[in-house]
Amino acid sequence: MEENNLLLQVQDLKVYFYNEEGQELKAVDGVGFYLRKGETIALVGESGCGKSVTSLAILRLVDSDGKIQGGKILLEGRDLLSLSEREMREVRGRDISMIFQEPSSALNPVYTIGDQIIEAIILHQKLSYRQARKTAEELLRLVGIPEARKRLDEYPHELSGGMKQRAMIAMALSCHPKVLIADEPTTSLDVTIQAQILELIEELQRQLNMGVILITHDLGVVAGMAERVVVMYAGKVVEEGSRWDIFHHPHHPYTWGLLHSIPRLDVKQEKLAIIPGVVPDPLNFPSGCRFRNRCPLEDEVCLTEPSREEIENQHYVYCHHHSQIEVLETRGFSQ
Amino acid sequence: MNRETRRIFRRLSSDASAILGFALLIFFVIVAILAPFIASPPPGRDPYIMPIVTWSSNPLPPSPEHPFGVAGKRDIFYGVVWGTRTAFRVGIIVTLISTALGLLIGSVAGYFGKLWDEILMRITDIFMAIPFLVAAMVLTTILGTGLDKVMMAMTVFSWMGPARLIRGNILQVKEEQFVLAAKALGVSDFSIIIRHVLPNTIFPVLIQASMRMGSLVITAAALSFLGVGAPQGYADWGALLNYARNWMLGGQGEALKYWYMTVFPGVAMVLFVLAWNLVGDALRDAFDPRLRL
Repeated sequence: MEENNLLLQVQDLKVYFYNEEGQELKAVDGVGFYLRKGETIALVGESGCGKSVTSLAILRLVDSDGKIQGGKILLEGRDLLSLSEREMREVRGRDISMIFQEPSSALNPVYTIGDQIIEAIILHQKLSYRQARKTAEELLRLVGIPEARKRLDEYPHELSGGMKQRAMIAMALSCHPKVLIADEPTTSLDVTIQAQILELIEELQRQLNMGVILITHDLGVVAGMAERVVVMYAGKVVEEGSRWDIFHHPHHPYTWGLLHSIPRLDVKQEKLAIIPGVVPDPLNFPSGCRFRNRCPLEDEVCLTEPSREEIENQHYVYCHHHSQIEVLETRGFSQ
Repeated sequence: MNRETRRIFRRLSSDASAILGFALLIFFVIVAILAPFIASPPPGRDPYIMPIVTWSSNPLPPSPEHPFGVAGKRDIFYGVVWGTRTAFRVGIIVTLISTALGLLIGSVAGYFGKLWDEILMRITDIFMAIPFLVAAMVLTTILGTGLDKVMMAMTVFSWMGPARLIRGNILQVKEEQFVLAAKALGVSDFSIIIRHVLPNTIFPVLIQASMRMGSLVITAAALSFLGVGAPQGYADWGALLNYARNWMLGGQGEALKYWYMTVFPGVAMVLFVLAWNLVGDALRDAFDPRLRL
């Protein structure tokens, strides 16, 4: 990959939480990936795999029970973890923005949409209230909200869910960030609205040449939007590659299981694959490969931690048995 | 906003006790504003000191000259009218300062949590453990008499309620996603508290403050009654009751002989407290989203 195209690099990121007994929960343990300019990547995984914590850690907004215990987050070469809180505030919103899952709770109910967008604009740009209001109106138009001027003076409860998410996007884009983190941006919306919002994000990304990190557990969304996919399991990356690689040549048993557990229209399936067992307790992750207690390919080798292996061009997998993945095609997850 | 305001007005105006509360409050406000015309003070004197109208220290029953009677050589009517101003002053100033103090302490404790919360809330607990009236009395005795000292003493011991209330509310609101969203936009902690957290938590505090307004006036009166409050002759309902202290049991076989000494200031006080409580109740109902139809 060409270095000058790199926008964001996360290297060996570790975010640990501490409960009241002082036990360590390794919610994110050595996660690394990169994002190029104008590219969309997807962070995929089950709930609790650490994908949301990773995204909050990029903005250094992990809540007070958690601590970033190691790693580097490089934005165009600058390590965000070494910045002061004040410098970090400058980065938030201006360089990296975030949109959230629940548009209805991500907007403050006591202010109008306009007030909130204007606040975001004035925060990072030297504009008068009047200019900011004009910019806000343009932003609302940009995200496809009809009657933008009127909407500026409406309160969040007067808007539909899709409109609210559009307003959130307008807010997040108010300072033309380089990176947009979208944490399950469509999960709480109707299916028809989902597609519209995703299209909107895609189009704005092209217009503004942003890098987008899409956090989701919805593989349909991933297939539609992401150029590259990072699959996470139990606080670690298990596989990383282009959309094509991940969807057509998964090499980690977990990725394989994930893909085969969703119904498909184009293939005749007798049964959906079920990954047996549950996500391990974060206080008590298995040693070595964290997927091993649910994996049909498990053996003694799995007691040691798998290393990152490049199996094709920029397709990485963390599994000792990635070469045996074909076995799953015939016998599935049953042992 | 318009629709919301109209809705609140509609609810307030359809509630009989709300109307009564606001009517009483407006009545007291008018009395306080028009005090110089209702009971004109002697020229060149401090109007807050009740003028001496007789040389006998015996109370006098109501008469055309002194419609509420005379106590401690002073006109009760004058005292009740100007006492309204004192009541408002004590109530509003103490409530404002103690609420502001409580807001500050509660917001810091709630928003920053951890050690801040622990230290500030333990201090709050200590203050709450001290009996309010006794503490205020002791402090007033130390500071010396005077209305400002009374207000200071009451402020020192009445910020804990709002502090706890606001802390609890902030703990709840700070978990809301819009707080995280604001942080993700780079808003500073200070503006998050001021702009995003407080406006979502302030109503219960304001309602509580309006209810506290009444009870603070009672406390101030109690201090005056006990003789550690307003100075001699100051127009204050509690001070009027203080004059009645020696006559409360009546005399010469007539238990209710000096009724006017307690009834007029007492009724004023009861109505004043009632007004604030009704207004507080009405506001709570009007702003409570669970009661929305």
